[in-house]
Amino acid sequence: MGREFKILGTTPPRPDGIEKITGKALFGADLNVTGMLHGAVLRSPHAHARIVSLDVSAAAALPGVKAVITADDFAEVENAANRDTLHNCMAHGRVLYDGHALAAVAAVSKSVARAALNLIRVEYETLPHVTDVDAAMQPGAPVIHQGKKHKLAGDDVSDNVVGYYSFGHGDIEAGFAQADTVLERSFKTAAAHQGYIEPNACLADFKGDKADLWVSTQGHYLVRDICADILGMESSQLRVTAAEIGGGFGGKTTVFLEPVALALSRKAGKPVKMVMSREEVFRATGPTMSSSMDVKIGMTADGRITAAHARLRYQGGAFPYAMVMMGAMSAFAAYDLDHVQAEGWDVMTNRPKMISYRAPGAPMAIYAVEAVLDELCQKLDLDPLEVRLLNAADEGTKSSYGPTFKAIGLKACLKAAQAHPHYSAPLGPNQGRGVSAGFWFNFGGQVSVSMAITPDGTVNLTEGNPDIGGSRASVSMMAAEELGIPFEQVNTVIGDTGAIGFSDTTDGSRVTFTVGIATIKAAKAVKAECCKRVAKIWEIDADAVEWIDGAVHPTGHNAGDFPPMSLAEIAAMAGRTGGPIAGHFEGAPDKAGVSFGVHIVDTQVDPETGFTKILRYTAFQDAGKAIHPDYVEGQMQGGAVQGIGWALNEEYIYGEDGVLQNAGFLDYRIPVASDLPMIDTVIIEVPNPGHPFGVRGVGETAIVPPLAAISNAVARAAGVRLYALPMSPPRILAAMDHG
Amino acid sequence: MRYHVANSLSEAVEMLAAEAGTAKVLAGGTDLLVQMKSGALVPDLLVDIKALEGMRDIVPEGGGYRIGAAVSGAQMGEHAGLRALWPGVVEAAGLIGSTQVQGRATIVGNLCNGSPAADSVPALIAAGAIARVVGPDGTREMRVADIPAGPGRTTLEKADIVDSVFLPARPARAGDAYLRFIPRTEMDIAVASAAVNLTLDAEGAVESALVVLGAVAPTAIMAYDAGTALVGSRLEPSALEQCAAACSAACNPIDDKRGTAAFRRQVVGVMAKRAARIAFERAGESL
Ligand SMILES: Cc1cc2nc3c(=O)[nH]c(=O)nc-3n(C[C@H](O)[C@H](O)[C@H](O)COP(=O)(O)OP(=O)(O)OC[C@H]3O[C@@H](n4cnc5c(N)ncnc54)[C@H](O)[C@@H]3O)c2cc1C
Repeated sequence: MGREFKILGTTPPRPDGIEKITGKALFGADLNVTGMLHGAVLRSPHAHARIVSLDVSAAAALPGVKAVITADDFAEVENAANRDTLHNCMAHGRVLYDGHALAAVAAVSKSVARAALNLIRVEYETLPHVTDVDAAMQPGAPVIHQGKKHKLAGDDVSDNVVGYYSFGHGDIEAGFAQADTVLERSFKTAAAHQGYIEPNACLADFKGDKADLWVSTQGHYLVRDICADILGMESSQLRVTAAEIGGGFGGKTTVFLEPVALALSRKAGKPVKMVMSREEVFRATGPTMSSSMDVKIGMTADGRITAAHARLRYQGGAFPYAMVMMGAMSAFAAYDLDHVQAEGWDVMTNRPKMISYRAPGAPMAIYAVEAVLDELCQKLDLDPLEVRLLNAADEGTKSSYGPTFKAIGLKACLKAAQAHPHYSAPLGPNQGRGVSAGFWFNFGGQVSVSMAITPDGTVNLTEGNPDIGGSRASVSMMAAEELGIPFEQVNTVIGDTGAIGFSDTTDGSRVTFTVGIATIKAAKAVKAECCKRVAKIWEIDADAVEWIDGAVHPTGHNAGDFPPMSLAEIAAMAGRTGGPIAGHFEGAPDKAGVSFGVHIVDTQVDPETGFTKILRYTAFQDAGKAIHPDYVEGQMQGGAVQGIGWALNEEYIYGEDGVLQNAGFLDYRIPVASDLPMIDTVIIEVPNPGHPFGVRGVGETAIVPPLAAISNAVARAAGVRLYALPMSPPRILAAMDHG
Repeated sequence: MRYHVANSLSEAVEMLAAEAGTAKVLAGGTDLLVQMKSGALVPDLLVDIKALEGMRDIVPEGGGYRIGAAVSGAQMGEHAGLRALWPGVVEAAGLIGSTQVQGRATIVGNLCNGSPAADSVPALIAAGAIARVVGPDGTREMRVADIPAGPGRTTLEKADIVDSVFLPARPARAGDAYLRFIPRTEMDIAVASAAVNLTLDAEGAVESALVVLGAVAPTAIMAYDAGTALVGSRLEPSALEQCAAACSAACNPIDDKRGTAAFRRQVVGVMAKRAARIAFERAGESL
């Protein structure tokens, strides 16, 4: 508050907009080069099998085939995480899930490549498999990898348990003893895919011992470092360029095709393009975890939570992972509790390896917590927002995962929700209203930014984070604000890995926060340099000038002696005052601010079919400072819509045979436009003290509240509560018939 | 694979008959191309019938309409006469896919693809639609109801081409309607569906009624008892409940990723009741 901004808070059109709507933007599959081959991947039809023999000779002999690779074409990788990543990209000895890659070909056309796949002969010995988290934890369950069991997992669970975490404080048993009512419920949620519209795609091109890689990714430095390690290269030998990206949502924070395309290109000596089909995206890239959870909450008659306990069991597919930690940390983060414990178990199964999906691990844990809270409110006849306000975390609260919160916006969101006309609007028959709070940590991480002033005085900003949600616009705005120049005078581009230093991936809602700080620091360096140059021209002391609104002014006793010099004028003379002017920043800002949100949703449930219609939806979220409010709203709306899909229809459906049955958008049902009302948004601004403009990340929090908000609304509309997601019509109808 | 644009129906029939491998008629391609892209179908010969004269026409005939085999869903939706006479058939065809798909998809393709969930088929059967089929032995008329044979199968022979579908004339006091249940609001496949075609007597009671169910058996099925339950009624609740119960009894659904058998059995009756009400109102009566 307090500070007046000229550019922040306005909504200029995004610089990448015209290219995208005119079809000129180049996405992952849009680059074609001379002599390019097409790659294709052979995938396992089994959930779990030993590869007894793998004969690629007939495929290699097919005219038009230029390279065939299997696990044998990769050297052993020392780094354990990268080795798992390689083994996920190309099965070694065993296939671990339906869709697991075990060979790949590069050929002169897609049809020849496909024909070659049909010539590869594989003999499998099928092995017992498990795809359900509770079954996979049972002693005696088929073990995906021996020797990976977590040391704290306990004796009563199988070796598939690769992680155990516990967070909290106080004495939960003492807390439950103080409660008037204690409620414990068990929940299940299905695996949900990120559902990005652009399938994974890349183009790899080896030139001698160096290579170029063009790829749809959220983090090209990450891709570079993983691929270089897997292929036995130096990082500097691999230059990775991030294409325009058609969505990622966390799903493009690892590699699937990239090492394969590079290995094919190296073997064939030609560029190789690989593009997944939608079926491959579903079968072989990472969805988020599915879960099984127990949540127990004790409450006094007037709504104060006395104790809370969560037990979270997540399955993350066929390799070790560690995402339940985020669930256990976030489960109770919204509340100020004396006695709280959240435990989590990470479990392997015969499914594709999980990868992040917006606020990874939080939505399901918070769904279970917020559903139990809502049921307690129903039982005790309390207002759900009142109860949340009564227990809400605030500045100074020791959070359930340890740290003490600085200024946070949860109470502001709850109060805004209470005061909003949506919360008091009348409801009709078969309609119900649900609310939920949500939370995400946000992240800082490493960043590099280079700001070059061109001779005409425009600003060329190079940063290293693929722009998914409009960050080039936001970063340009922050540069313009800091420099006091118009937005149009700044041009922000995403450099390739050879252009500037390392940047962490576009994830953790970090880009506007972190790249913003780096941009402000680079701009400050530019301003200082400009002041120095002008002082030299005017032949006065450097501290006798100051930067005001995009120009250097004389100050102090020199005030008014010289007409101010604009950035354009200074830039035009730069060749004669010491050469090009630039600023840069490399660092790891670490004061990301947590972000809370509250969602209200009205649903109508058809009592004869179990169909849920979303009637009205309002999302409230603390953005700290909304740099470009349209893109903040876009994040809030997008998160809400993905949550609606997860709550109502999205799920990975496995048969008894462990084979995925719905690897496509027909039967993996993300919402379509006509399923949705306008998602109304209310942006709350409680500045993050850790950012000069107050920015918090906003990209992830919004997917957290929808699961419980919708579940709570359905419980009230249908008169029965479901304890599993998705709440597809057959499940709702069955519950209504039995309830 | 060879792609051929047919110059005449008889030439198309000859080519299909002569092909030793897999030969397919291509209409809108919204099923065929998807199957080819996924690798499920690898045809040796495609014969495109869209360019043949009359194939894209809707022509009045004997008080009804003849719909050419290449007429798209969008074209049907834009035809005021057809919409007025057989609104249930037009709305069923209009449910297929999205705006883009509507520009290509045909009801004949929908029928010949053989999906038990094909949206236009129950409405066509309820309407008593007749297909004109041209084959190596000449031209014959077949009831649409006799064409589906099971998932992905029809009773048509390899070189048979459906040339058109005929929707007959109907009495003044008549109405039809089609409803499907999908978990979303569009771009989905029917989990259970029902078409109802009814005529009213001078007093406004149901004189005759046909109820046809989709996605609840290997083919679309006629639920005779469900129709009978409505006859003589003004769709009083008891008649509708009887109709719904008869639908549930007539169907033979499966459990699959799209829904349980129990769900389909229950919801198909709900669709029939609701479609009956719409058809009744279209026939000029209010409830
Ligand atoms: C995105 C999408 C959404 C869809 N949504 C729906 C939906 O909601 N409901 C639904 O029912 N379907 C849906 N479909 C399936 C499809 O669009 C319909 O079945 C459509 O009616 C097929 O018509 P077509 O003209 O495109 O057929 P084509 O694909 O050209 O042909 C389908 C089959 O019929 C055969 N055939 C075509 N014409 C003739 C003829 N004259 N004589 C003999 N055989 C012939 C072909 O050989 C082929 O086997 C959808 C498809 C897509 C891609």
